[in-house]
Amino acid sequence: MTAVPVEVKEPEIEDVVVPDRPWIVIVWNDPINLMSYVTFVFQKLFGYSLEKATKLMLDVHEKGRAVVSSGPRERAELDVFRLHEHGLWATMEHDS
Amino acid sequence: MIRRRVKRTRSGGFELRIPVDERELLRTLGPQLREVLLRDAASAQQGEDTAVGRLFPVAYPTDEDRQTEYRLLVHDELLSSHLGALAVLEETADAEHLDEDQLLAWMRALNHVRLVLGTRLDITEERDERPLNPSDSRTSAFAVYDYLTYLQGEIIDALSG
Repeated sequence: MTAVPVEVKEPEIEDVVVPDRPWIVIVWNDPINLMSYVTFVFQKLFGYSLEKATKLMLDVHEKGRAVVSSGPRERAELDVFRLHEHGLWATMEHDS
Repeated sequence: MIRRRVKRTRSGGFELRIPVDERELLRTLGPQLREVLLRDAASAQQGEDTAVGRLFPVAYPTDEDRQTEYRLLVHDELLSSHLGALAVLEETADAEHLDEDQLLAWMRALNHVRLVLGTRLDITEERDERPLNPSDSRTSAFAVYDYLTYLQGEIIDALSG
């Protein structure tokens, strides 16, 4: 088999698409949300096991923050939104 | 023995065993939180360290442009989500049975009230003391906060159980 030759347009510099680096969603510690509530919300929103949700909650509580999900920007924004719906203090940033 | 306030039933719903005086308190929460949401949401900067700022956190703390764009995109939707949960709490404040979605709305609405009250009471990780003097103006707000914390715990227990 041979490929039909096609005229390839040299990409101009503006056309170069930088692959979207993954975004990470971070939940920060706060003094009001209950530990059991935070664990429950992680399980419900992300489908995490009790064990994983508890570990993330403890990271938030003890280390001040935890990365709870990651992915493309739209996905991360949706996760942040759902966390905000539940009153959790969530932000997002590029994975470094 | 303290009677559980929320109990999962065999049919998959939840039984609310909340005394009359507690239901009266719950009914007062809706109008108060709605006023805070509608009055302050329009004027307060998102993410401000105020009670209402706590309900509309900043998504992009280090990127002002993206944050502005994000806020424009979702602010109204987040506000209506908060108001929607509150509406369920108000509509079912006298109910004896709730389905799971309704109880989840209660959980969110009560948590929003806790966030507003707790921020106003300046509760921090290190400082979470109750006023010793009963005539302290914050005493009743702390009592409401503590009750909501208790009820929130009951709801989470029932949902997780």
